[in-house]
Amino acid sequence: MAKITLDNLAHSYMANPKADDDFALKELNHDWADGEAYALLGSSGCGKSTLLNIISGLLIPSQGRVLFDGRDVTHAPTADRNIAQVFQFPVVYDTMTVRENLAFPLKNRGMDAAEIARRVQRVGKMIDMEAQLNHKARGLTADAKQKISLGRGMVREDVNALLFDEPLTVIDPHMKWELRTQLKKLHHDFGHTMIYVTHDQTEALTFADKVVVMYDGRVVQIGTPQELFERPAHTFVGYFIGSPGMNLFDAEVDGRTARIAGTPVDLGDAYAGTGTMQIGVRPEFIRLSTTDEGIPARLRRVEDVGRHKILRLEVNGHEINAISGEGDVIPEGANRITFAPEGVNVYANDWRISPQGKAA
Amino acid sequence: MNKTVNQKAWFLVLPVLLLVAFSAVIPLMTVVNYSVQDTFGNNQFFWAGLDWFRDMLASERMWDALVRQLIFSAIILAIEIPLGIFVALHMPKKGFWSSFCLVTMSLPLLIPWNVVGTIWQIFGRVDIGLLGYTLDALGIDYNYTQNTIDAWVTVIVMDVWHWTSLVALLAYAGLRSIPDAYYQAAKIDQASRWAVFRYIELPKMAGVLMIAILLRFMDSFMIYTEPFVVTGGGPGNATTFLSIDLVKMALGQFDLGPAAAFSLMYFLVIMLISWVFYTVMTNLDKRDGVQ
Repeated sequence: MAKITLDNLAHSYMANPKADDDFALKELNHDWADGEAYALLGSSGCGKSTLLNIISGLLIPSQGRVLFDGRDVTHAPTADRNIAQVFQFPVVYDTMTVRENLAFPLKNRGMDAAEIARRVQRVGKMIDMEAQLNHKARGLTADAKQKISLGRGMVREDVNALLFDEPLTVIDPHMKWELRTQLKKLHHDFGHTMIYVTHDQTEALTFADKVVVMYDGRVVQIGTPQELFERPAHTFVGYFIGSPGMNLFDAEVDGRTARIAGTPVDLGDAYAGTGTMQIGVRPEFIRLSTTDEGIPARLRRVEDVGRHKILRLEVNGHEINAISGEGDVIPEGANRITFAPEGVNVYANDWRISPQGKAA
Repeated sequence: MNKTVNQKAWFLVLPVLLLVAFSAVIPLMTVVNYSVQDTFGNNQFFWAGLDWFRDMLASERMWDALVRQLIFSAIILAIEIPLGIFVALHMPKKGFWSSFCLVTMSLPLLIPWNVVGTIWQIFGRVDIGLLGYTLDALGIDYNYTQNTIDAWVTVIVMDVWHWTSLVALLAYAGLRSIPDAYYQAAKIDQASRWAVFRYIELPKMAGVLMIAILLRFMDSFMIYTEPFVVTGGGPGNATTFLSIDLVKMALGQFDLGPAAAFSLMYFLVIMLISWVFYTVMTNLDKRDGVQ
């Protein structure tokens, strides 16, 4: 296990990148702490797989360094880095049995037979496949195959990190939960450094201690699920995490007050700078109001999704979502919305700005 | 789902049935007709029963041709399959050169068979052929019209030249269907080049290789045109394979009865081998289908 440091890292698939846009992965400095579980979250094409491939050594970055426990491995081949990777499509050696599959990485490293047998047995137990060790890998279900590819990584006990590249894409929904729970348990029991790439926020939030959100080749926020929910650092985080995502209002901000569609709103704290900014409020914090206070809004429809209701509203020509409890009664004739100051984040040029006197 | 029964649907099969009847069944029946009768011309036929079959089974000439045929097919399979895989493994994976290789390699497959024969017939001539002349100039005693070994080598090299591309193209298609993740996982597992071939590439190619083996076996087992143009079955009977012998018997000597019996047995052997291949291939598919 190791701490992984990305130093000044960037990557472009072009030979001579010039503009910022040429980079699939924009400059990045980050430490992946030893033994922690990270999720790398972002939509397709945001550079998360590029980053993963750089860490695993399948790709050499165009600039910067990758360090494992302080050792520079930027140009080291995959085999030298001693990492394990689970791919989107399960990779198993079809003609081998499960046991042979698990033993394969150890055999290739020339380990003695007794030690291989001991470790294979142990990993077979860890991934809950002891009973199938002598089955051919061909013909197993996708989730069993995915467990084997995970197991092939875990037999190498000194593995520096376990990398996952959208490993649950081809798994049936009911097995996803089970596998994810198993992964979490393995992480809890054995404490490997894990990096898990996904575009599914539920997967990311349930799996990881820390979620790294990427957008357009850039890491926009690294934080716990709670931080991402309460204080999205970038409008993309607000929009991408949450269902539905965060609402954005165009607003004129002046100190403690924002003016949305002509209505003054108290922000709770004072913000530096004035002018056109955006106010982000999650649907969970928006309340309907029948009084004269609040921002004028028109309720367009209500979607009942079972555990709560999603209210689709129109404010100043923009669509806004609000969530209300399943048992809540939607007040008759509600034509305004209000929200508490603690649910508010202020954004300038898509990046969150902190209120004055408070650190980010 | 309830199946509806409509016997009239059988009429839909009728066109195919007619077509196959005229293209295959009726011609085959005339062969069957010849194989159980004797004729002395004038369209007079005499019942011969299974005599021709007995004759042919006892005929040394047919057994010799069969043995030559089997040796030939075995040799070209033993060369073309590994060579085709080797070529496929070393072809460029993408870009201009990949297309270039694909097109260049398909060229021999597009040449009519008797033209291939003519090319090699001239190529190998000692007086004007590039190959024959060069070998002669190098002091190698080469003459495919007189020397049995030379004739065999020429016919085999010709077949390898003509058909290895087919195996290579099929194997290449099989290789291209392997996702990159397999190679990346193998790298992470520190698999050797041989292990990558043995445990990833070969199993993934198994299906197309079966097709390649079937096609090459059947084609070589029925080969006629190319060796006929190059050696005419000679020297002596050295390269007289089954088809060449059959044509000699039927059209050269006009022994219609024995030739018909010969044809039918030839046909049955091919059917049998095709059936074996078919069974193996469907089993392979079934095994892969479970995934």
